[in-house]
Amino acid sequence: MSTPVIEINGLGFHYPDGTAALVDVDLHIHQGERVALLGPNGAGKTTLILHMNGIHLPQTGSVAVSGYPVTDGNLLDIRRRVGIVFQDPDDQLFMPTVRDDVAFGPANLGLAGRALEERVDQALAAVEVTDLADRPPSHLSFGQKRRVSIAGVMAMQPEILVLDEPTSNLDPASRIDLTGILDDLDVTQLIVTHDLLYALEVCERSVVIDAGRIVADGPTREVLGDEALLSAHRLALPAGLKIEDLDSL
Amino acid sequence: MSGSHVHALYRHGRSPLHLAAPQVKIVAAFGLVFAIALTPRTALWAFVVYATIVVGLVALARLPLFFVARRAVVLIPFLLVALLFPIIGSGERVDVVGVSLSQQGLWDLWNVVAKAVLGFTVAVVLAATTEVTDLLSGLDAVHMPRLVTSIIGFAVRYVDIILGDFARMRIALASRGHRGRSIATWGVYAKTVGAVFVRTYERGERIYLAMLSRGYRGTMPSAGAVPVPVVQWGLAFLLVGSAAGVMAVSRVLL
Repeated sequence: MSTPVIEINGLGFHYPDGTAALVDVDLHIHQGERVALLGPNGAGKTTLILHMNGIHLPQTGSVAVSGYPVTDGNLLDIRRRVGIVFQDPDDQLFMPTVRDDVAFGPANLGLAGRALEERVDQALAAVEVTDLADRPPSHLSFGQKRRVSIAGVMAMQPEILVLDEPTSNLDPASRIDLTGILDDLDVTQLIVTHDLLYALEVCERSVVIDAGRIVADGPTREVLGDEALLSAHRLALPAGLKIEDLDSL
Repeated sequence: MSGSHVHALYRHGRSPLHLAAPQVKIVAAFGLVFAIALTPRTALWAFVVYATIVVGLVALARLPLFFVARRAVVLIPFLLVALLFPIIGSGERVDVVGVSLSQQGLWDLWNVVAKAVLGFTVAVVLAATTEVTDLLSGLDAVHMPRLVTSIIGFAVRYVDIILGDFARMRIALASRGHRGRSIATWGVYAKTVGAVFVRTYERGERIYLAMLSRGYRGTMPSAGAVPVPVVQWGLAFLLVGSAAGVMAVSRVLL
């Protein structure tokens, strides 16, 4: 099998106060996969993704991206390969205009001039926000901000796109738009969410994490069909829906 | 969201000054203000020249006088303090409608009023014809340290979000029956400000993480400078040169 884009083995992480955030985590994600990372609040989802781009370095175990171990020495290369879209777009969009913001990542990678412009234009077009390029981020709707923050990460041409709660606070129409856009992006994706319907809609594989441990990893339909598993880890389909009910919709 | 505080200084338009490059306007505005500030207060003729230039700029920017006058409200505290100069000033005194005023103090008052009003109007013209984002790229183009422009950029970007946080918390307080009318309720507001501070600090950390995740290593990438037509620099130097000439002559004649 090919080298996984993300290869995590035996990863452990404790916060300074001793709280175990991740315990013996194994996770492999291969090129072209679209994986949902599910778990209740405080399960360790965000801590795990911050290990994928070296914001946190492994205390025990190892993290490798496309075969390169995440170490202090290759952080820029790792961060180019792993693009994280954070939950609150206002945390991510800090430059004065949309165009400047999308250029921030590739400029950090050393792109300049025409090459930088082309990269920015491609990323803006990929998420259909070309017409917003000269607007300040504060003037955008929430859905537009979300798309622009995806463009800012896609402009770095990552090997894997990690999205932290991409559907939170989106209205239904923006959510549908987002699904279409993510479908069209030709990149491996890890979608962190507790929106189980969304996971079912867009991800063929789901990984469930709770209390810092991976407790399930399999096809999304099977994972979401296991009611005992879901209720044991504070997850549920909306208002008592069952996976079979969704098939008839 | 779009009713933002920092963008309220800008007035949409397509005047020649709106279209001029921001770095040219910044250099011209600073040059003009320096010349005005360095002019001896007794050179009344020089101030007449400056006033003509400044009124000309307001007209060129097609700014309504009312717009400029409304912005001028911020000058009032300074002018009120300056009004005290003739009263508390020392030296020779003159009678003005029966009130004994210090001659020295009257000159001080004139000095503050003339320079503040002229300098302020130049700043209004600059801010009203230049969007904040262009001001930042202009400052970058004139080699203001990137750290300084980044700090200004962050302030511009986040001040509305922070004020928005504060406004939402006030609404939440009011929705739970809080009526902030007496001094006794100031403690509640102090705690609100504290909470906003903590939230802002945490947001700062999240922003920094997001920046690191996109390859930030301590220096902001530079915005590619847009070339400026030579004629714009020529006009700016003509303007600043004339003002500097007036200032030089006024100092020589002193």
